[in-house]
Amino acid sequence: MHKIVSKAVLSPNVTRMDVEAARIAQIRQPGQFVIVHRDGAAERIPLTIADADAQAGTITLVIQAVGKSTKELVALEPGQTIADISGPLGKPTELISSGRALCIGGGVGTAVVHPIAQGLKRQGVSVLSIIGGRSKEWVIFENELRALGEVQVCTDDGSYGRKGFVTDAARDALTAGGIDIVYAVGPVPMMRAVANLTRPFGVHTIVSLNPVMVDGTGMCGGCRVEVGGQTLFACVDGPEFDGHKVDYELLMDRLTTYREFEQESSRRCDDHTCRIGLS
Amino acid sequence: MTEQDPLIRNANFKEVNLGLPEKVALIEAERCLQCRDPKCVAGCPVMVNIPKFIQLLSDGNLAGAAQSLLADNALPAVTGRVCPQETQCEVECIRGHKGLPVAIGYLERFVGDWARGHADEVPMPKAPPTGKKVAVIGAGPGGLTAAGELARKGHSVTIYEALHKPGGVLVYGIPEFRLPKAIVEAEVARLEQAGVKIVCNTVIGRTYTLQELRAEYDALFIANGAGLPVFMNVPGENLKGVYSANEYLTRVNLMAAYEFPRADTPVLKGQRVATVGGGNVAMDSARTAKRIGAQESIIVYRRTRKEMPARAEEIHHAEEEGIKFEFLVAPVEVIGNEKKWVTGLKCVRMQLGEPDASGRARPVVIPGSEFVIPCEVVVVAIGTRANPLLTATCPDLKLNKWGNIMVDEQGMTSLPGVFAGGDIVRGAATVILAMGDGKRAAASMDAYLRGEPVITAEAGPAVPA
Repeated sequence: MHKIVSKAVLSPNVTRMDVEAARIAQIRQPGQFVIVHRDGAAERIPLTIADADAQAGTITLVIQAVGKSTKELVALEPGQTIADISGPLGKPTELISSGRALCIGGGVGTAVVHPIAQGLKRQGVSVLSIIGGRSKEWVIFENELRALGEVQVCTDDGSYGRKGFVTDAARDALTAGGIDIVYAVGPVPMMRAVANLTRPFGVHTIVSLNPVMVDGTGMCGGCRVEVGGQTLFACVDGPEFDGHKVDYELLMDRLTTYREFEQESSRRCDDHTCRIGLS
Repeated sequence: MTEQDPLIRNANFKEVNLGLPEKVALIEAERCLQCRDPKCVAGCPVMVNIPKFIQLLSDGNLAGAAQSLLADNALPAVTGRVCPQETQCEVECIRGHKGLPVAIGYLERFVGDWARGHADEVPMPKAPPTGKKVAVIGAGPGGLTAAGELARKGHSVTIYEALHKPGGVLVYGIPEFRLPKAIVEAEVARLEQAGVKIVCNTVIGRTYTLQELRAEYDALFIANGAGLPVFMNVPGENLKGVYSANEYLTRVNLMAAYEFPRADTPVLKGQRVATVGGGNVAMDSARTAKRIGAQESIIVYRRTRKEMPARAEEIHHAEEEGIKFEFLVAPVEVIGNEKKWVTGLKCVRMQLGEPDASGRARPVVIPGSEFVIPCEVVVVAIGTRANPLLTATCPDLKLNKWGNIMVDEQGMTSLPGVFAGGDIVRGAATVILAMGDGKRAAASMDAYLRGEPVITAEAGPAVPA
């Protein structure tokens, strides 16, 4: 059992939860994730470890409530518990040890970029973060990233920071030069756009993939992705891969596999109890 | 044994075999000839003293029969259901030379079930504490068996399980209609009562390394099971609607997707489901597909019925339930529509040629025999590779070329005090072989912990991996 210690709403459907998981808090590395299983009939959901406090024995999960499972998860209140959390899973981020890194986060993906930036800072790498969202209220983890280096914010509607996509700001940064590596996490089309942008600059680009998973230990193969023409399992071979080699179309397509089920679940959920806790 | 009607049961997840009534079990027990040199025992991977428990049963001493059976086999209600008795104990039965062999499996199941219902009458015998700490990695059949044996010898045992529920393949793989989950839960509860500690959600190789466990415990048993599913490596395998059997069965069994939306995890149903493979896992997948609503559930196997590795009873049950079989057929491509959903499985017909390395006739493609099996779901049940998560964090552990852990005759790995068994050693095998490994390793570990020479005779003959 894992007690929820604190909870905060970061943007209209994104919630941050600090949850007790002492062992994971101690040993987690950037890029790793956990599988969260709320209780008996719930799904097993992969969530990146956005941050951790080894002293307090807590990990930070950032959850975008899009379906029944995630809505029910964010409806839990501090003091309540999550039955199962297993991890840390996945390979740690491949961090460079010197130079300058560009970290690009889109929407809830910004929370995934955060531990990468933390790791880079620890290595002595200079970090420039470019983060974005539809509008001001969708921008998350700005202060946390400012503590690790320079931050540029973009919003689609210009309500905060620079008007435009994160790729616009990233193009300027790449053109200015001095970027040794790019880490990009966000919606699949954003990661694809970043990869297309960085390719001609010849800058190594790492993306974090979020396919459907069940066990998270390599046993089921549901999370298979194609990278460089090879089928790999995101849970054990990733979740981070060379962004220039990922088949994004396949990933996007496979992410739609359970859309009808998700809609039905969500509809039933909204009709009943899940509205509680979602303001 | 009485069974649910095939055309009713193929739409529900209740158990197929209904078990023997006590009267019938006692009559069947009397058929045992009590051979002085019982061949059935030699055929059993965990060397159950079969004549003894059957004698006690026919005497009407059910508690005695249960005590005797449980002393040899930690999970009789499980093995009584899933063991391939027809190739192990029953095939050796003298009665079988003229007529039917004694129904050892059914009797084992009967006694195992009786023991479950009368836990107070069959307490687990326990030696005084030895002060030794042992960790078991994986709460599947091999790990549970080893844990039971080690606890009985007085060692303090902790099992680490990666998933959120103990049982391994017994809970994620084997369907409810063949092995009800309540039985696994009862067997696990029995171990916990005997003092075995089970820690779930702990992936060795990630949450803790093997070296960390070695520092903490006096001996280890690695039984983390089969790992990564093997795919066919044909075009179209990443279309929506293609599952590994591991994923398909895990969704339905462990995550209860057949109860969606009452359970949150979904599974694609499909009017027509093609399952590729000829083992028990393929039978389980095809029978599951039928139960969750497929009009047509088809098994695609590249050899003939004779070469199928599945248990005879599973093949028989599948046929009764209306599963179709395409023998001598091999998939060459998964076909999809413009939206990338599976619409069919393109296959070729095969004929049997010369025997291959395994001694089975090698299937050879018949030129120009391509055809398409229309289907919306394809389940790939052609085996698994070793999971690298644990072994990757421990380079000193010797592996074979397939990544399986190498052990000596005592079940010990290249690392002193670290033993291993089950699928991580054998590649994909059976529940009972994993249990045999667990039992043998536990005996070796006990000797190792006492500083005695490691002798495994009492645990039965090693079955070659």
